[in-house]
Amino acid sequence: MNYQSQSVAKPYFIIAIALFVGQILFGVIMGLQYVIGDFLFPEIPFNVARMVHTNLLIVWLLFGFMGAAYYLIPEESETELFSPFLAILMFWIFAAAGVATILGYLLVPYATLAELTMDDLFPTMGREFLEQPTIIKIGIVIVALSFLFNIGMTMLKGRKTAVSLVLFIGLVGLAVFFLFAFYVPENLVRDKFYWWFVVHLWVEGVWELIMGAILAFVLIKTTGVDREVIEKWLYIIIAMSLITGLIGTGHHFFWIGTPEYWQWWGSIFSAMEPIPFFMMTIFAFNMVNRRRRNHPNQAAVLWALGTAVMAFLGAGVWGFLHTLAPVNYYTHGTQITAAHGHMAFYGAYVMIVLTMISYSMPMLNGRKEANSNKSQIVEMWSFWIMTVSMVFITLFLTGAGILQVYMQRYTDTPISFMEVQDKVAIFYWLREAAGVFFLIGLIVYVASFFIGGDEPEATAKDAA
Amino acid sequence: MSETFTKSMARNIFYGGSVFFFLLLLALTFDTESAFPELDNRENLTEEVALGKRVWEKNNCVGCHTLLGEGAYFAPELGNVYQRFGNSTDAIKGFIMSRPKDGIPGRRSMPQFNLSAEELEGIAQFLKYASGINTQNWPPNIQG
Repeated sequence: MNYQSQSVAKPYFIIAIALFVGQILFGVIMGLQYVIGDFLFPEIPFNVARMVHTNLLIVWLLFGFMGAAYYLIPEESETELFSPFLAILMFWIFAAAGVATILGYLLVPYATLAELTMDDLFPTMGREFLEQPTIIKIGIVIVALSFLFNIGMTMLKGRKTAVSLVLFIGLVGLAVFFLFAFYVPENLVRDKFYWWFVVHLWVEGVWELIMGAILAFVLIKTTGVDREVIEKWLYIIIAMSLITGLIGTGHHFFWIGTPEYWQWWGSIFSAMEPIPFFMMTIFAFNMVNRRRRNHPNQAAVLWALGTAVMAFLGAGVWGFLHTLAPVNYYTHGTQITAAHGHMAFYGAYVMIVLTMISYSMPMLNGRKEANSNKSQIVEMWSFWIMTVSMVFITLFLTGAGILQVYMQRYTDTPISFMEVQDKVAIFYWLREAAGVFFLIGLIVYVASFFIGGDEPEATAKDAA
Repeated sequence: MSETFTKSMARNIFYGGSVFFFLLLLALTFDTESAFPELDNRENLTEEVALGKRVWEKNNCVGCHTLLGEGAYFAPELGNVYQRFGNSTDAIKGFIMSRPKDGIPGRRSMPQFNLSAEELEGIAQFLKYASGINTQNWPPNIQG
């Protein structure tokens, strides 16, 4: 760690991991509700568990992105953070808002939460992923603006690099597109159309810039490859992300009341969305192969390679699987979508945040470059357990999805949704088992922070 | 990548490509807006339907159901529930009202939301309105 103020990243990463644990616990609860329908009913109905699961994911990824920026920007800019105090203040505000929101979901019925937070004054609640009370959404905007101001001022007074600029553009895009969360028209079609300006333009747009920048940063640090080479890759990858992803938004517009031409625009452009992810895989492996040094933090290198591969599989391959309009006609809104969502989020965004945490946490804990071998081995075990578990979660959901599509949509004698759910239950049981393994992997991950702390740092020789 | 392809060329592709395709997205958005009146069933978007959408949102219906394929995959698609229930808003209301407070042992069950008569009428009218949106013939059949 070269700058004292980078240490503000540490609480961001710690809370991110804590919320991640909460997210997975609720995931396991939901998985069980798929097969034991009355589990925790009516205390925690499925929709509540799902809100907690998805909102925790979003909040902890945002904590992770912010922590990553607070670590990365001073280092890239070669200067102290503009205001560490503001960063810590925003940490507490965002943490309080996040915890209050989750408790609100769990403690009172959602309709009561809407009453309590006076949603009728400015209704924004009740839309998927954007369920937060309006007052919380306003808080998110304030936190985001303070955060952007803080890192923006840091960049202005320091060295400007492509990595920090791309990260900043991604984060500004994140804040700007979130503003569509405040637009909730009465017209359902228009509502759905602009909802995607948050959701799609986040995860298939500007978040890819954030991911690319963090990956580039970690690769520069761990491989020692010339910055010019890495930044050239970064630009061309994110260029492809936006060139394909912006019009690729159209793959969400096929069946929600928009003109038919979106089936062409959406299919063609989103079919190209795997390209930037494939390039990211090639990029990561290429840079590691051309490394000029063996970095002692091999766990971080493993996460960096892992995120590149899993993002391509989850976002790229599993996305392509159902993105063409004639296919999507049958798969839209089935377990195929769920399968894709799980592996894409894990591969691209969970793993990039864990890459950054893996790289920076040793320094934030006072190490020179890396954790002890013992700690890294445990961390790498958690990588494999979580990643393999996620592959199986995805495969089982895909199995459920294929059967669902056939029985409910494709066959000449379609049967009802609930009947189909009963028939595919075995896949949900298998998915639940894989989910429990994922939780075990996560526990191992958390344990890695408490193991081998008193042992000497791994050296480059260990890594070779 | 070869040395003739420089970082500044890559950067220019990024800026140029992003701006161009963002403008294209905007243009397509404007065109889509102009096509909405033909597709979005706005002639049936009454006050009652607007109230029903609020009921839909306030009770987080999308947390279990899909509507036009979007939402959660735990409970049936509702974009065509009006037709599936025999073109009857009464059948929709009856179903919502009849949900047992403590659920059904071992099974998935919709919570009892204790909606007022006005809210019930609203949500039923909202689902009827949603079923009239031109979705390019989606879903493939009545099962949703």
